[in-house]
Order: sequence, then C-alpha cells, then structure tokens
Amino acid sequence: MIEVEDLFFRYPNGFEALKGVSLRIGDGEFMAIMGENGAGKTTLIKHLNGLLKPTRGRVLVDGLDTRRASVAEISKAVGLVFQNPDRQLFSETVRDEVAFALKNFGFGEEVVNKRVERILRVLDLSEHADTSPFLLSGGERKRVALASVLVWDPKHVVLDEPTIGQDYLQKERLRNLIMQINNQGKTVVIVTHDVEFVAEAKPRVVLMSKGAIVGDGKAEEILSDRDLIERASLVKPQISELIDSLPGKGLPRNLIDAYSARSAILRIVRERHVAGVP
Amino acid sequence: MPQIEAEGFSFTYSGSSSPSIRGLSLEIEEGEFVLLTGPSGCGKTTFCRCLNGLIPNFYAGRWEGGFRVCGLDVSKAKTHELARLVGHVFQNPENQLFSLSVEREVALGPENLGLPREEIRERVEWAMEAAGISGLRDLAPYELSGGQQQRVAIASVLAMRPEILVLDEPTSFLDPKSAKAILETVAELNEELDMTVILVEHRLDLASRLVDRVLVMNGGELALDGSPREVFGKAAHLLGIGLPKVTLLFEMLREDGLEVEIPIRVEEASAILRRLLG
Repeated sequence: MIEVEDLFFRYPNGFEALKGVSLRIGDGEFMAIMGENGAGKTTLIKHLNGLLKPTRGRVLVDGLDTRRASVAEISKAVGLVFQNPDRQLFSETVRDEVAFALKNFGFGEEVVNKRVERILRVLDLSEHADTSPFLLSGGERKRVALASVLVWDPKHVVLDEPTIGQDYLQKERLRNLIMQINNQGKTVVIVTHDVEFVAEAKPRVVLMSKGAIVGDGKAEEILSDRDLIERASLVKPQISELIDSLPGKGLPRNLIDAYSARSAILRIVRERHVAGVP
Repeated sequence: MPQIEAEGFSFTYSGSSSPSIRGLSLEIEEGEFVLLTGPSGCGKTTFCRCLNGLIPNFYAGRWEGGFRVCGLDVSKAKTHELARLVGHVFQNPENQLFSLSVEREVALGPENLGLPREEIRERVEWAMEAAGISGLRDLAPYELSGGQQQRVAIASVLAMRPEILVLDEPTSFLDPKSAKAILETVAELNEELDMTVILVEHRLDLASRLVDRVLVMNGGELALDGSPREVFGKAAHLLGIGLPKVTLLFEMLREDGLEVEIPIRVEEASAILRRLLG
C-alpha cells in the first residue's frame, strides 16, 4: 500500500507544486491521475519512489517512509516509467537497455535473458532486440522504457503518460497489458490526459488541479461530471458529450464509452419494439 | 503545380534494413489541411522530415524516386532554402525552445534570415498575435505551461512566414483543453492565410472535424487517402487507426442490425439518435 499524507512540495524556485495532497493507494489498485498541465501530477508520482522528498507531510510505501530510504531501495517495490523515454534510455541495443536493471539487481545471466525475452515479446519489441533504441519511433521507444521497468517485476507500477505517441492498436495492447499486470495483483498508477483511454479502461480516477486533489471516484462518475472536467482542463469523452446532447431519451448520464452506450441504446430500441412503438 | 509532390519515393535510414517509406506517390495542393496518421512506425515522421530536408541532410540513408516541395528537389535543396518554406513544430516544445524571452524566441528565425529591423518587428508582432501569445512576450519559455510553450513554438515558426506548416503530434504533451485550442488555432491559420498544414495526430476525435483530407500510412506505404468521411468509412480501424468514438459506436450499432448512417462528429451522431429514439 502507498500512503500519501498531507503532502506539500515546494521546488527550489519557490513554486509550490503540491498543497496538502492525501491519497491512499491500495495494493492491486488501478488508478489514473488526471488534470491540467502543471497540476502537480508528475511531482506527485515522483514522490512515490522517493525521487522527490516531501517539503511537509510524508509518503509511506509498504510502510517505508520515503524520507528515510534511498531511491534504489524504494525502486524495488515501485517502478516508475517516465513521460519522455529519451530521459531514460541510454544503452546500445534494446536488449541491453531492458536487461540493465536486472543485471544491477544481481540476477544471473540465464534469468536475465529469459525475463528480457519474455517482456520484449509481450511489448511487441522482439524484432527490435538488437536495434539501438534511438533508431526506433517515438511510440516504440516509449515501450522500451516500459519494458525496462516491468522486467524487474516491481509490486507497484507507475506510468507517466503511457499512451503518448501510441497508435490505436498499441493503445489496445497497452490497455490489455495494464489489465493483465493489474490482474496479477500489481498496483498500477497511470498519469494521463487521454480521456478516451481512461473511459475504456475505467480505473479509479483522481483528478488534480493546482496542486490539490479536486475529485476522486469511479471513471464513470468523474468523466461524466462537466464541472469537474472543466475545472481540470480536460474534455469529456466523446460518448459522454453525445449522451449530454440527448436528455430525456432514457440514456444513463454516466455512460462514457462506446461499448456501454451501444448496450444502452440497443436496450431502449428493443424495449420500444416489444412495446409496439414504431 | 502541386506544392508537395512525391513520385515513387522510398527512403531507408542508414543502419536499417527495410525502407521507412516505400513507393510513395502523392500530391498536396497549396492551402490544403491534411491529417497524416497511421500506426506507430508507419513512416509519418519520416515523411515530415523529408518536407524540410532533415532527410537527407541530417538523417542519412538511401533515397529513391522523387520528392519535391514548392518546386524544389529535396534531395538537392539546401536546408536553409527549405527552412523558409516549411515550418516544423515538434511533439515536445521543450526540445525546440531555448531563448530567455518569448519575444526573443519568436524573433530568432527572422533575425537569421537577415531581414531589416522593421520587418522583423512586424513579423514578430504578427506571429505572436496569430498564435495568441502577445501577452506573454516578456516571460521565459520555461516559465510557461505546456500549451503556452507549444504556442510559442508555433509563433516562432510562423514568424518565418512559411508556405507549409508541419506539426508532428503537436498536442501529445498537452491537456485536452489546450490541445483543442491549439488545433483550432491551426485551423484558423489554414483558413485565413491559406497556409498548407500537414498535421500528424493520433487524436482523431479532435482533428477529424477540422481537416480537408486524411492520409493513412501503413508499413511505409500510403494506405488510404480521402476526405475524413471516406477514410473513416473504409475500415481504417483494420490498419490500427482509432476511429472517433461516435463512429465506432455507430459501426457497432449497424452490426447489431440497426440501419443507421455512420457519423464522424458528435452533432451528427446526436441528430441520428434523436430520430432513432424518438
């Protein structure tokens, strides 16, 4: 469990990025942190593996106070994947990049190779194993960064904007992968602007604005709430816009994705058919 | 004469075994607003790099066939010639901005063209106005939000008065509200100045309503080319293109046996459902 207690953080230039954030992330939870540019999302998640230490308040990772532990120590439990893969990649080949952390943790060569091959396969990167990460496309580099963290099997996985630069199919795969690692019992926290991705994956949504949490609940509740969405500089999912434009037609207000909208529309059409309405 | 013209064009990066663009033939006329999309690694970014001569001047490789921009053969043109004609806005504005004030940043391009002082001043004022950042002139780019930074990047490109504006995923680091505002500004520039715009985007929900033409690349080839309606109606999703969610919803409803047209905008979808649900 990760516990954030009344967290304040001020950058050296005086900017107060977090103003009293409290948050409890249970083991195995799937959560999305959303909000405008500069809301404090990235600052918050950098506290989860101890990269940043609280100015006030505290963060406990499985009971360990991040102020009293090194990043290396906390990283075994919390794997953080950055937004910009270029800040994270440095090896000559994709395979070396992904193997780097495992080697540092002292695993034997055989274990390293096996795990690396598996994660490359899962993330559709096997054919690029011997390529330099810098010859890959933006979307592919992003997946290499993800592989290089998932490979050491941290209990909690934190992803900053995982869908940037990913096309539709890769997003689907990413969503399946996130679901899969979440089903294995891992905590998954993503920071994202991608409302359509969240509308389909339906995690718990924590909404931030100006350094504070302004909303916390199910994706269906948060993303269909126009006031909250506007306050956080998001836009509603397209399906939610569609539902809002059709008041009084019997469609539930909290529909946010095409699949649930489809079921609701079919139900209404069938009911009318049974009732004999032309 | 078309403004951009590719004829049997292929390009293979040095160190790569297969071409990133293969056998591309297409024409783009002055004033078109073109959305370029396709799965990760399909050749979109490579295409953009040809427009301003980054290929072959900066990225080496094997060049086959013809690629002309404003009548210039890109394989022979100098980068400084192409830089006047083609303005390039990158995905991450942080990688593009370096001056200490917004005004200095925007003035840099025209200063390098060696223009008279008066004209530089005029262009800078106009570009800041067009990009909506006149109020930020004395701030440093690093003090700005992501959306504001991207506007500065656009202004600094506009100040060169390019014939063609190329934006490579300009909104992926932005929150949805800023993303929408940026794309609307780009649409206005296209409309008012008759400037050709090549927009690379995965966010089709936002972009599909603004553009005239959609190009879909797949595996280095041009797979689909047409109006948004034609392209999204042609099973673009089979190529890994995310359909606008309302389009997806209606495709599913049609599979369920409802006789409905396929919309690409929320307003159209709303009108169809209003009729359907009475």
